[in-house]
Amino acid sequence: MSTPTRYRVIALYKQLSYLGREYPAGADYFHKKLKGAFLKNKDLSDPAEIQKRIDLGDYVCKEIEAMYHINKYRAMKKRYYEDAEVGNIQAKLENTNWAQGASSSATSSSPQQ
Amino acid sequence: MSNLRILVATKRVVDYAVKIRVNAAGSAVETANVKHSMNPFDEIGTEQAIQIKEALVKAKTGTAEVIVVSCGPAKSQETLRTALAMGADRAIHVESDEELQPLAVAKLLKAIVEKEKPDMVILGKQAIDDDSNQTGQMLAGLLNWPQATFASKVELGDKLMTVTREVDGGVETVKAPLPAILTTDLRLNVPRYASLPNIMKAKKKPLAKFTVADLGVDIKPRLQTLKIAEPPKRQGGKLVESVDDLVDKLKNEAKVL
Repeated sequence: MSTPTRYRVIALYKQLSYLGREYPAGADYFHKKLKGAFLKNKDLSDPAEIQKRIDLGDYVCKEIEAMYHINKYRAMKKRYYEDAEVGNIQAKLENTNWAQGASSSATSSSPQQ
Repeated sequence: MSNLRILVATKRVVDYAVKIRVNAAGSAVETANVKHSMNPFDEIGTEQAIQIKEALVKAKTGTAEVIVVSCGPAKSQETLRTALAMGADRAIHVESDEELQPLAVAKLLKAIVEKEKPDMVILGKQAIDDDSNQTGQMLAGLLNWPQATFASKVELGDKLMTVTREVDGGVETVKAPLPAILTTDLRLNVPRYASLPNIMKAKKKPLAKFTVADLGVDIKPRLQTLKIAEPPKRQGGKLVESVDDLVDKLKNEAKVL
Protein backbone atom coordinates (compact mmCIF):
# COMPACT_ATOMS: atom_id res chain seq x y z
CA MET A 1 0.00 0.00 0.00
CA SER A 2 1.43 3.40 -0.95
CA THR A 3 1.96 6.00 1.76
CA PRO A 4 -0.88 8.38 0.77
CA THR A 5 -3.34 5.49 0.70
CA ARG A 6 -2.00 4.22 4.00
CA TYR A 7 -2.57 7.66 5.48
CA ARG A 8 -6.14 7.70 4.18
CA VAL A 9 -6.88 4.28 5.62
CA ILE A 10 -5.54 5.26 9.02
CA ALA A 11 -7.53 8.54 8.92
CA LEU A 12 -10.65 6.53 8.06
CA TYR A 13 -10.05 4.17 10.96
CA LYS A 14 -9.59 7.07 13.36
CA GLN A 15 -12.75 8.79 12.10
CA LEU A 16 -14.84 5.62 12.46
CA SER A 17 -13.38 5.01 15.88
CA TYR A 18 -14.34 8.54 16.91
CA LEU A 19 -17.87 8.15 15.52
CA GLY A 20 -18.28 4.79 17.23
CA ARG A 21 -17.92 6.19 20.73
CA GLU A 22 -21.63 7.03 20.85
CA TYR A 23 -22.86 3.91 19.11
CA PRO A 24 -26.18 2.82 20.69
CA ALA A 25 -25.26 -0.87 20.85
CA GLY A 26 -22.09 0.03 22.76
CA ALA A 27 -18.71 1.56 21.98
CA ASP A 28 -16.91 -1.75 22.70
CA TYR A 29 -19.14 -3.69 20.30
CA PHE A 30 -18.52 -1.10 17.61
CA HIS A 31 -14.78 -1.09 18.18
CA LYS A 32 -14.63 -4.88 17.94
CA LYS A 33 -16.51 -4.85 14.63
CA LEU A 34 -14.40 -1.96 13.33
CA LYS A 35 -11.11 -3.66 14.14
CA GLY A 36 -12.33 -6.94 12.71
CA ALA A 37 -13.42 -5.31 9.47
CA PHE A 38 -10.09 -3.55 8.99
CA LEU A 39 -8.02 -6.61 9.90
CA LYS A 40 -9.96 -8.73 7.43
CA ASN A 41 -8.80 -6.46 4.60
CA LYS A 42 -5.25 -5.82 5.74
CA ASP A 43 -3.58 -7.86 2.99
CA LEU A 44 -5.16 -6.14 0.01
CA SER A 45 -2.72 -4.86 -2.58
CA ASP A 46 -4.83 -3.92 -5.63
CA PRO A 47 -5.31 -0.10 -5.49
CA ALA A 48 -8.80 -0.33 -7.01
CA GLU A 49 -9.89 -2.81 -4.34
CA ILE A 50 -8.43 -0.65 -1.59
CA GLN A 51 -10.21 2.41 -2.96
CA LYS A 52 -13.49 0.49 -2.98
CA ARG A 53 -13.01 -0.36 0.69
CA ILE A 54 -12.15 3.24 1.54
CA ASP A 55 -15.30 4.40 -0.25
CA LEU A 56 -17.30 1.88 1.73
CA GLY A 57 -15.75 3.24 4.91
CA ASP A 58 -16.73 6.81 3.97
CA TYR A 59 -20.23 5.59 3.25
CA VAL A 60 -20.44 3.93 6.67
CA CYS A 61 -19.29 7.21 8.27
CA LYS A 62 -22.15 9.06 6.57
CA GLU A 63 -24.64 6.37 7.58
CA ILE A 64 -23.58 6.59 11.22
CA GLU A 65 -23.83 10.39 11.24
CA ALA A 66 -27.29 10.14 9.66
CA MET A 67 -28.38 7.59 12.25
CA TYR A 68 -27.21 9.76 15.13
CA HIS A 69 -29.03 12.74 13.67
CA ILE A 70 -32.29 10.84 13.10
CA ASN A 71 -32.25 9.43 16.63
CA LYS A 72 -31.74 12.88 18.09
CA TYR A 73 -34.31 14.52 15.79
CA ARG A 74 -36.96 11.91 16.57
CA ALA A 75 -36.35 12.18 20.32
CA MET A 76 -36.62 15.99 20.21
CA LYS A 77 -39.71 15.84 18.01
CA LYS A 78 -41.38 13.37 20.32
CA ARG A 79 -40.61 15.40 23.41
CA TYR A 80 -41.36 18.89 22.21
CA TYR A 81 -43.84 18.62 19.37
CA GLU A 82 -47.12 16.97 20.21
CA ASP A 83 -49.14 15.59 17.37
CA ALA A 84 -52.65 16.66 18.39
CA GLU A 85 -54.33 13.45 17.27
CA VAL A 86 -51.73 11.22 18.89
CA GLY A 87 -52.02 13.28 22.09
CA ASN A 88 -55.79 12.76 22.13
CA ILE A 89 -55.51 9.01 21.71
CA GLN A 90 -52.78 8.76 24.33
CA ALA A 91 -54.89 10.69 26.81
CA LYS A 92 -57.82 8.36 26.22
CA LEU A 93 -55.66 5.28 26.66
CA GLU A 94 -54.24 6.59 29.91
CA ASN A 95 -57.71 7.24 31.28
CA THR A 96 -58.78 3.66 30.82
CA ASN A 97 -58.91 1.54 33.99
CA TRP A 98 -56.80 -1.26 32.64
CA ALA A 99 -54.54 -1.45 35.67
CA GLN A 100 -57.53 -2.24 37.86
CA GLY A 101 -58.59 -4.84 35.33
CA ALA A 102 -62.01 -3.20 35.08
CA SER A 103 -64.06 -4.50 32.17
CA SER A 104 -66.36 -1.48 32.17
CA SER A 105 -65.85 1.24 29.59
CA ALA A 106 -63.79 4.34 30.27
CA THR A 107 -65.56 6.61 32.73
CA SER A 108 -66.88 10.09 32.10
CA SER A 109 -63.48 11.50 33.03
CA SER A 110 -62.42 11.09 29.39
CA PRO A 111 -60.86 14.27 28.04
CA GLN A 112 -62.81 16.52 25.72
CA GLN A 113 -62.14 16.29 21.97
CA MET B 1 -20.14 43.68 0.84
CA SER B 2 -21.70 42.60 4.07
CA ASN B 3 -19.49 41.57 6.93
CA LEU B 4 -21.56 40.04 9.65
CA ARG B 5 -20.60 39.23 13.16
CA ILE B 6 -22.76 36.47 14.60
CA LEU B 7 -22.77 35.53 18.27
CA VAL B 8 -24.05 32.04 19.05
CA ALA B 9 -24.95 31.11 22.62
CA THR B 10 -24.56 27.47 23.62
CA LYS B 11 -25.13 25.45 26.77
CA ARG B 12 -23.61 22.25 28.07
CA VAL B 13 -26.49 20.02 29.18
CA VAL B 14 -27.07 16.41 30.15
CA ASP B 15 -27.07 14.43 26.90
CA TYR B 16 -30.52 13.96 25.39
CA ALA B 17 -30.23 10.15 25.37
CA VAL B 18 -29.42 9.81 29.09
CA LYS B 19 -32.16 8.50 31.35
CA ILE B 20 -32.14 11.17 34.01
CA ARG B 21 -32.62 10.48 37.70
CA VAL B 22 -33.29 12.67 40.70
CA ASN B 23 -30.22 12.80 42.92
CA ALA B 24 -29.98 11.15 46.35
CA ALA B 25 -30.71 14.42 48.17
CA GLY B 26 -33.87 14.94 46.10
CA SER B 27 -32.74 18.45 45.26
CA ALA B 28 -31.90 18.26 41.57
CA VAL B 29 -31.30 15.99 38.63
CA GLU B 30 -28.21 13.81 39.05
CA THR B 31 -25.43 15.28 36.88
CA ALA B 32 -22.27 13.72 38.34
CA ASN B 33 -20.63 11.16 36.03
CA VAL B 34 -23.44 11.63 33.55
CA LYS B 35 -22.78 12.18 29.84
CA HIS B 36 -23.11 15.82 28.79
CA SER B 37 -23.20 17.40 25.37
CA MET B 38 -24.25 20.59 23.60
CA ASN B 39 -27.94 21.40 23.82
CA PRO B 40 -29.49 20.10 20.55
CA PHE B 41 -31.17 23.44 19.79
CA ASP B 42 -27.81 25.18 20.26
CA GLU B 43 -26.23 22.77 17.77
CA ILE B 44 -28.86 23.93 15.30
CA GLY B 45 -27.99 27.55 16.17
CA THR B 46 -24.27 26.98 15.62
CA GLU B 47 -24.99 25.23 12.34
CA GLN B 48 -27.17 28.13 11.19
CA ALA B 49 -24.44 30.69 11.89
CA ILE B 50 -21.91 28.60 9.99
CA GLN B 51 -24.30 28.14 7.06
CA ILE B 52 -24.83 31.91 6.91
CA LYS B 53 -21.06 32.37 6.82
CA GLU B 54 -20.61 29.73 4.11
CA ALA B 55 -23.40 31.25 1.99
CA LEU B 56 -21.80 34.69 2.14
CA VAL B 57 -18.40 33.31 1.21
CA LYS B 58 -19.81 31.20 -1.63
CA ALA B 59 -21.78 34.11 -3.11
CA LYS B 60 -18.73 36.35 -2.63
CA THR B 61 -20.97 38.98 -1.10
CA GLY B 62 -19.07 39.20 2.17
CA THR B 63 -17.88 37.28 5.17
CA ALA B 64 -19.14 36.48 8.62
CA GLU B 65 -17.36 35.94 11.89
CA VAL B 66 -19.00 33.30 14.07
CA ILE B 67 -18.31 33.71 17.78
CA VAL B 68 -19.65 31.06 20.10
CA VAL B 69 -20.19 31.77 23.80
CA SER B 70 -21.10 29.59 26.74
CA CYS B 71 -21.73 30.43 30.39
CA GLY B 72 -20.97 27.78 32.95
CA PRO B 73 -18.31 25.77 34.75
CA ALA B 74 -14.91 24.85 33.28
CA LYS B 75 -16.35 21.85 31.43
CA SER B 76 -18.40 24.20 29.24
CA GLN B 77 -15.22 24.52 27.23
CA GLU B 78 -15.91 21.08 25.78
CA THR B 79 -19.09 22.48 24.25
CA LEU B 80 -17.17 25.44 22.89
CA ARG B 81 -14.57 23.12 21.33
CA THR B 82 -17.36 21.19 19.62
CA ALA B 83 -18.72 24.42 18.16
CA LEU B 84 -15.25 25.47 17.01
CA ALA B 85 -14.85 22.07 15.38
CA MET B 86 -18.13 22.59 13.53
CA GLY B 87 -16.71 25.78 12.06
CA ALA B 88 -17.03 28.67 14.49
CA ASP B 89 -14.15 31.14 14.39
CA ARG B 90 -13.58 31.87 18.06
CA ALA B 91 -15.05 31.11 21.43
CA ILE B 92 -15.82 32.95 24.65
CA HIS B 93 -16.22 31.16 27.96
CA VAL B 94 -17.94 32.98 30.80
CA GLU B 95 -16.83 30.90 33.72
CA SER B 96 -19.03 30.38 36.76
CA ASP B 97 -19.66 27.45 39.07
CA GLU B 98 -22.82 29.08 40.42
CA GLU B 99 -26.30 28.23 39.25
CA LEU B 100 -27.09 30.37 36.22
CA GLN B 101 -30.78 30.92 35.60
CA PRO B 102 -31.99 32.33 32.26
CA LEU B 103 -32.12 35.93 33.52
CA ALA B 104 -28.52 35.71 34.72
CA VAL B 105 -27.43 34.20 31.40
CA ALA B 106 -29.27 36.92 29.50
CA LYS B 107 -27.49 39.59 31.55
CA LEU B 108 -24.11 37.93 30.94
CA LEU B 109 -24.83 37.67 27.22
CA LYS B 110 -25.82 41.36 27.19
CA ALA B 111 -22.38 42.20 28.60
CA ILE B 112 -20.74 40.06 25.89
CA VAL B 113 -22.90 41.70 23.20
CA GLU B 114 -21.79 45.12 24.41
CA LYS B 115 -18.16 43.99 24.08
CA GLU B 116 -18.41 42.19 20.74
CA LYS B 117 -21.15 44.23 19.03
CA PRO B 118 -22.56 41.40 16.87
CA ASP B 119 -25.18 41.89 14.16
CA MET B 120 -27.10 38.85 15.27
CA VAL B 121 -27.34 36.68 18.36
CA ILE B 122 -28.53 33.13 17.79
CA LEU B 123 -29.74 30.99 20.69
CA GLY B 124 -31.48 27.65 20.95
CA LYS B 125 -35.16 28.04 21.70
CA GLN B 126 -34.77 26.22 25.01
CA ALA B 127 -32.31 24.04 26.88
CA ILE B 128 -33.34 20.42 27.29
CA ASP B 129 -32.43 20.43 30.97
CA ASP B 130 -34.50 23.31 32.27
CA ASP B 131 -36.86 23.87 29.28
CA SER B 132 -37.14 27.53 30.23
CA ASN B 133 -37.49 29.01 26.73
CA GLN B 134 -36.62 32.42 28.23
CA THR B 135 -33.02 33.40 27.61
CA GLY B 136 -33.42 34.62 24.02
CA GLN B 137 -36.51 36.62 24.84
CA MET B 138 -35.00 38.14 27.99
CA LEU B 139 -31.85 39.09 26.10
CA ALA B 140 -33.93 40.84 23.46
CA GLY B 141 -35.74 42.72 26.22
CA LEU B 142 -32.52 43.75 27.95
CA LEU B 143 -30.92 44.92 24.70
CA ASN B 144 -34.15 46.36 23.30
CA TRP B 145 -33.52 44.41 20.09
CA PRO B 146 -36.14 42.76 17.87
CA GLN B 147 -36.49 39.00 18.26
CA ALA B 148 -37.66 36.17 16.04
CA THR B 149 -38.17 33.00 18.04
CA PHE B 150 -38.85 29.38 16.98
CA ALA B 151 -37.23 30.06 13.62
CA SER B 152 -37.62 27.31 11.04
CA LYS B 153 -36.17 29.37 8.17
CA VAL B 154 -33.93 32.45 8.02
CA GLU B 155 -33.11 34.69 5.09
CA LEU B 156 -30.72 37.57 5.37
CA GLY B 157 -31.11 40.75 3.40
CA ASP B 158 -29.42 44.11 3.64
CA LYS B 159 -29.32 44.79 7.40
CA LEU B 160 -32.54 42.78 7.61
CA MET B 161 -33.62 39.25 8.40
CA THR B 162 -36.77 37.48 7.23
CA VAL B 163 -37.69 34.64 9.56
CA THR B 164 -40.34 31.96 9.25
CA ARG B 165 -41.54 31.01 12.71
CA GLU B 166 -43.23 27.84 13.85
CA VAL B 167 -46.18 28.85 16.02
CA ASP B 168 -49.09 26.86 17.41
CA GLY B 169 -51.49 27.77 14.64
CA GLY B 170 -49.02 27.12 11.87
CA VAL B 171 -46.28 29.26 10.40
CA GLU B 172 -45.63 33.01 10.60
CA THR B 173 -43.17 35.10 8.62
CA VAL B 174 -41.62 38.15 10.25
CA LYS B 175 -39.06 40.71 9.12
CA ALA B 176 -36.69 42.29 11.57
CA PRO B 177 -33.92 44.83 11.11
CA LEU B 178 -30.48 43.86 12.34
CA PRO B 179 -29.13 43.70 14.98
CA ALA B 180 -31.63 41.14 16.19
CA ILE B 181 -32.10 37.97 18.26
CA LEU B 182 -32.94 34.62 16.72
CA THR B 183 -33.91 31.45 18.56
CA THR B 184 -33.84 28.17 16.70
CA ASP B 185 -36.49 25.55 16.22
CA LEU B 186 -35.94 21.89 15.40
CA ARG B 187 -36.62 22.16 11.69
CA LEU B 188 -34.21 25.01 10.96
CA ASN B 189 -31.33 22.86 9.74
CA VAL B 190 -29.39 19.60 10.19
CA PRO B 191 -26.30 20.21 12.33
CA ARG B 192 -23.07 18.77 10.94
CA TYR B 193 -21.02 16.23 12.83
CA ALA B 194 -17.49 17.53 13.46
CA SER B 195 -14.83 15.45 11.74
CA LEU B 196 -11.57 14.54 13.49
CA PRO B 197 -9.36 16.85 11.37
CA ASN B 198 -11.69 19.75 12.24
CA ILE B 199 -11.50 18.85 15.92
CA MET B 200 -7.71 19.05 15.68
CA LYS B 201 -7.94 22.41 13.91
CA ALA B 202 -10.33 23.69 16.57
CA LYS B 203 -7.67 23.33 19.25
CA LYS B 204 -5.79 26.22 17.68
CA LYS B 205 -8.78 28.56 17.52
CA PRO B 206 -8.91 31.34 20.13
CA LEU B 207 -10.91 30.80 23.31
CA ALA B 208 -11.26 33.82 25.59
CA LYS B 209 -12.27 33.51 29.24
CA PHE B 210 -14.20 35.92 31.38
CA THR B 211 -15.42 35.67 34.95
CA VAL B 212 -18.76 37.01 36.11
CA ALA B 213 -16.89 39.67 38.06
CA ASP B 214 -15.08 40.79 34.87
CA LEU B 215 -18.45 41.52 33.32
CA GLY B 216 -19.95 43.13 36.43
CA VAL B 217 -23.23 41.23 36.34
CA ASP B 218 -25.58 40.25 39.17
CA ILE B 219 -26.26 36.54 38.67
CA LYS B 220 -28.14 35.89 41.92
CA PRO B 221 -30.93 33.37 41.22
CA ARG B 222 -34.43 34.80 41.39
CA LEU B 223 -36.18 31.43 41.37
CA GLN B 224 -35.86 28.75 44.01
CA THR B 225 -36.57 25.09 43.30
CA LEU B 226 -38.89 23.84 46.03
CA LYS B 227 -39.40 20.27 44.96
CA ILE B 228 -38.20 17.87 42.32
CA ALA B 229 -39.69 14.43 41.77
CA GLU B 230 -39.84 11.77 39.09
CA PRO B 231 -43.13 11.42 37.23
CA PRO B 232 -45.55 8.73 38.49
CA LYS B 233 -44.75 5.26 37.22
CA ARG B 234 -46.69 4.04 34.20
CA GLN B 235 -49.73 1.92 34.89
CA GLY B 236 -49.39 -1.73 33.92
CA GLY B 237 -50.82 -2.77 30.61
CA LYS B 238 -53.17 -5.61 29.92
CA LEU B 239 -52.58 -8.74 27.89
CA VAL B 240 -54.99 -9.40 25.05
CA GLU B 241 -55.82 -12.84 23.63
CA SER B 242 -56.37 -12.03 19.99
CA VAL B 243 -56.63 -9.24 17.45
CA ASP B 244 -60.43 -9.22 17.84
CA ASP B 245 -60.01 -8.84 21.59
CA LEU B 246 -57.62 -5.90 21.01
CA VAL B 247 -59.97 -4.18 18.59
CA ASP B 248 -62.88 -4.74 20.98
CA LYS B 249 -60.96 -3.20 23.87
CA LEU B 250 -59.76 -0.24 21.84
CA LYS B 251 -63.29 0.39 20.64
CA ASN B 252 -65.26 -0.15 23.82
CA GLU B 253 -62.94 0.48 26.74
CA ALA B 254 -60.42 3.01 25.51
CA LYS B 255 -62.84 4.46 22.95
CA VAL B 256 -60.08 5.38 20.54
CA LEU B 257 -61.59 3.65 17.52
